[in-house]
This record gives sequence, structure tokens and C-alpha cells, in this order.
Amino acid sequence: MTVMASQPVMASGQPMAAEQVMGLPGPEPDAAAAPDAHALPAITVRSYWQSVGYRLRHDPATLCFAAIVLLIVLAAVFAPLVAPDNPFQESIIGRLKPFGWRGHLLGTDELGRDMLSRLLFGGRVALLMGVVPVLIASVVGGTLGVIGGFAGGMINTATMRTMDVFYAFPSVLLAVAIAGAMGGGIANGMIALTLVFIPPICRVAETATTQVRGLDFIEAARASGARPLTIIRHHVLGNVLGPVFIYASSLVSVSMLLASGLSFLGLGVRPPTPDWGLMLSTLRQSIWVVPWVCALPGVAIFITSFCFNLVSDGLRAAMDVRM
Amino acid sequence: MSAALDLAARVTDPRDRGGPRQPLLIARDLRKHFAVKGAKGKVVRAVDGISFAVRKGETLGVVGESGCGKSTLARLLLHLIVPDAGELVFDGEAVGAPGGISVGALRRQAQMVFQDSYSSLNPRMPVRDSVAFGPYVQGTKRPEARDIARRMLGQVGLDADLFGPRYPHELSGGQKQRVNIARALATGPRMVVLDEPVSALDKSVEAQVLNLLLDLKQRFGLTYLFISHDLGVVRFVSDRVLVVYLGRVVEVGPSEALFHEPKHPYTRALLASRPSMDPARRIEEAPIAGDPPNPIDPPSGCRFRTRCPFAEAVCAAREPALAADGWDAHAAACHMQDAGSGHSRAASAGSA
Repeated sequence: MTVMASQPVMASGQPMAAEQVMGLPGPEPDAAAAPDAHALPAITVRSYWQSVGYRLRHDPATLCFAAIVLLIVLAAVFAPLVAPDNPFQESIIGRLKPFGWRGHLLGTDELGRDMLSRLLFGGRVALLMGVVPVLIASVVGGTLGVIGGFAGGMINTATMRTMDVFYAFPSVLLAVAIAGAMGGGIANGMIALTLVFIPPICRVAETATTQVRGLDFIEAARASGARPLTIIRHHVLGNVLGPVFIYASSLVSVSMLLASGLSFLGLGVRPPTPDWGLMLSTLRQSIWVVPWVCALPGVAIFITSFCFNLVSDGLRAAMDVRM
Repeated sequence: MSAALDLAARVTDPRDRGGPRQPLLIARDLRKHFAVKGAKGKVVRAVDGISFAVRKGETLGVVGESGCGKSTLARLLLHLIVPDAGELVFDGEAVGAPGGISVGALRRQAQMVFQDSYSSLNPRMPVRDSVAFGPYVQGTKRPEARDIARRMLGQVGLDADLFGPRYPHELSGGQKQRVNIARALATGPRMVVLDEPVSALDKSVEAQVLNLLLDLKQRFGLTYLFISHDLGVVRFVSDRVLVVYLGRVVEVGPSEALFHEPKHPYTRALLASRPSMDPARRIEEAPIAGDPPNPIDPPSGCRFRTRCPFAEAVCAAREPALAADGWDAHAAACHMQDAGSGHSRAASAGSA
């Protein structure tokens, strides 16, 4: 027993895995094992999400970019409180002014509206268009993928081949085509983006499900009499959620870019609603007048999607726990 | 292992229907052919007409090379794969047939331990939940299922407080296999199909797990079907042994008799291919040549004839029958065992 208690401790701080029962299990294995167990120092058992959290906390770059993302989100959510001006307040004399003109920290646009306020309010649309389509597509595509992957056979073939049809189009073209066919507006834009993201998410979910489906623990669950839905709920979802979440988080920036693109083309947000894509589109004619002001919406799009991407990469690294 | 089985003492299970003389499981002419992708009409004859019976309280060993259909057989027995043909009778009741017991009822009384201890536990689930899952699915309430899981972990020699909350990757191979055994036993089965349960383990851990299995068998009055390619292990645990070659049974008999006096040339070759413990008596050359024939297109007649040193014309012409009558009969599906087969060694082989 003393030998067990003074076992060397690995660098990670966890005691070395003690092959607990050394001899043959006697008539009372519990009685034999229990004292050893209590002599061991307390073992902290980390669940999957706990270890992901641990890795994230020790990744300063990701934490930094996550802070920026959080800042952007907060700024967008509390835009009415933090915005210095009314984003719709036009001014005939104050059009296309440079940074700092009469208290307009980031200048004014072609109608004399305060750029900073418009950028802050524009962030709301950008985040909405970035997150909502991905969220809906994750639910729909994830469900389809899990069902297809778990059912296999004809159902899977039918689902995945349908997805392949959508895959055949470049995502930008597909979004433009759908949004164009349905007419502009935020809602239609979101529907278009959702439809664009369902196939790739479905594929990720299907791949993860197919990988898990062939493993013995699914077979063992079947052997204990579990029905397919029970198996999916208890054994498949936990293994599919991770990959789908990682992939979806990387799509948020893509979604924002596509949404800006739609707005730029006049298929998304309609004026005068402030939106980065739309602002970029209307300001581009004035690029020679106040180049820095005109570049601002682009910078906002760039920074936001860049940070989202890096956070997503950090998440991917943190969630890729060898198990 | 003592060969004498005190059957009457063991069979006290209230679920027992047929009494001690009724075999717990009878497999009759089980067949499973898998379609070959890309080749129309071609099938892999993974299990091609296997019949046997498992007595209550015994351990029936199944040996054979890899690819001979052992794992398919294991999955057929639990209806994890549906057999193409053949019949399963569990304690006197046909499985899945009208008037018999349902597949669900079979799975309440029979469980399986898989070879790969790693992939047979959900990596995202604490092992105690994996153990509790079976009882939970079969209608036990969550708290009670947890209690069962705690008890079962204790039964396999793992402290439930220490190991229960851990994830599979935090356990060693031997510990994982113990958890798998606990998981299989948590639903209170009468029969456990063990598909190479110790093949992936170190030799030292293997011995511990084997002893645990034997111990649990005594404690819970279990019946085992023990599948392995390791002859030493099978000999150690089994009361009777079934030798499988290319989806068919080539020899069956009580463990001691079969290992002392193998009748089928394939069994003899398998035994001869065991590594010797004596360095002075190394095996100079492989006693069995080549790979097993392609199960898509098995040889005519006796399937072993392509690798058999005694193959004659009759072996290609006719398939030898397995004439095993009685429980402790030792028989081989070989023309040399049949005096009237026309094989030149037929007369001498049986008595030698």
C-alpha cells in the first residue's frame, strides 16, 4: 500500500495510472482494492469540455482574438448606447469629411452621416448575418447529416447526392442566385446564406457520424437493445457536435463576407440601414475624395472575419483532444 | 479447469426454461454471405453453414485464423447482423421466429465483449455511464442504473469512485477491457459472447483478465462463447472447442481431447504453429503454408485441401461431413476420419 501511495507523479500533475488490481481478483475484490484506492492522492478527472476549457485558457493568442470578437459583439449589441451620433442623421454640408471633422471621429459618409455610429450599427447586421444563417444551417444540416450517416444505405445516398447538387455551385454564386431570385432584404439574405451552408455542414456531420457508426461501442449499444434514436442521442451526438461546432465557427466569417457581398450587390440589406457591405458599395464612388473613410467598412469586415477565423482555429486546436 | 460441470447447482436462474439439459444456445446451419462491392453476384462466404450447441454453464471456445468468420459468427449470435439462413435457438426458443423469443429478449439474456477495448467504449462518456447505459436502455431508472454500474465496476475489480468518472482515454487497455466486461454484465446476461477479449492486451494483463472472466463466470453462473485465435488461451478457458476454417466447423471436441489428440489436419497444423516455449526446439519452418483460400471462391470439396499435406482426389470431389453425436463427442470434418470415404489414410487415421 505504501508503495502505491508514493507512486511517482507525472509532469502533468496527474498520478500515473495505477493498474489497480495487481493480482487475481480474490473472493472480495472490493475489500482488496479499496485501501489502495484511498491511499492514492485524489485524482482530478477532466471531462472533455473541461479539458477543452483548460487548453483554451492556456492559449493567449486565441484568448486575445476572442476578446476582440467579444468587444465587437458588445459594441454591436450596445450600439445605441455607445454610438456618438444618430446613424441616420444626414447633413448636406458635412458630406465626405475626413477623420475628426467637427467631432466626427471617423469622418462622415456621402450623406454626411457619422461613420463611427454607422459602423457600430452596421456591426449588428454583420453579426446577425454571420451567426444566424450558420446556426440554422448547423441545426438543419447537422440533423440531416446525422440521420443520413446513421441510417446509411439509400437514405444516406439520397441525402448526400442532393447536397452534392448544391455543392456543384460556387457558394457566392449560389447565394447571389437564391437572394436574387427571392429579392433583397435581410430575411431573404439570411435564407439564401442558410441554404448555402446546409450542404457543407451536412457533409461534416455525415462524415463524423459514419466514422462513429462503425465503432464497437455503437454495436455494443445495439447489443444492449437500444433503439436507433436512443443510440444517436447518447452515443452519436456527443461525438458529432465537436466537429460540427468547429466547422460552423469557421463559417461565421464566411457568412459575414457573403452577406456583405450580397449587400454590396444590392441583394441584401437595403438603404438606409447601416451595413458594412452596403456602406462599402455606396462609398466606393468617393474613394478618391476621402480614401481612408471609404476604406473603413472594409477594414471592419476584415478585422471581424479575421478574428472570428482565428478564434475558430483556436477552438479547433483546443477541441482536437486525442482520446 | 475441471471438466466436470455441476450443472444442476449452477442453473438456478429464474429465467431458465428448458432445465439443465436444454442447451442454452443452439445454432443450426448459420449462414452469412456478404456481397462483394463492384463484383456482381460474388459473395464472401464469411459464415457458411455453422452448427453447434452451447451447454448451460460451459465455455465453448471458437478458434480459427483471422478472416475465418469468427467475428461474423459472434455478431450473428446476437443478431447484430441478421443471418441469411439458419436458425438460432436460445434456451429452447427460436430467436426471432413466431412463438419464439424476440431479438430484444435475446439481447436481455446474451451480451458481448468486443476485441477492441478502445473502440468499444464511447470516448465522450465517463465509463460509469457506458456501464449504466445497458440497464438504462432496458428500462432501469437512471439512479438504479448508476448503482448497478457502481456494483459492476466493483465486480470487475475497479473502484467505482476512482474509475467511474474517468473517460476511456484515461484508462489502460486492461482497465478498459474490465469496463467492457462490466458493461456486458450490467444487464445481467446468462450468456456472454467474448470476441477475442484478451487479444489486444499484454500477456500479464491478459492473464488477469482471463482469471477475472473465469471468476465472474463462477460468480454469476454464466455461459461463455469464447472466440480467439490464441490456442493457449482457448485451451485455458474452454470446456469444449470448435475449430473454424473458412466459415465452416472442421473439428469439435472437449478441450483436453482436442488439444491432446487433434483429428483434423488443420487443427494439427494450428497446434504445430504455436511458438515453442523451449528455445532449443524452435519451429524451423511454418507447418502450414500459404494464406487461407479466398472465401469468395472457396475450394471444392474439403476447404482445407489446398493447404492439406494429405489431400487426395476424394477431398476435391466431396465435402467431408462433421459427424459429431453426443455432447462430449470429438469429431472432425475430414475424409481421413471416415472409414468409407475412399481416402488412403482413412482406416488408420482415426485410431492412431
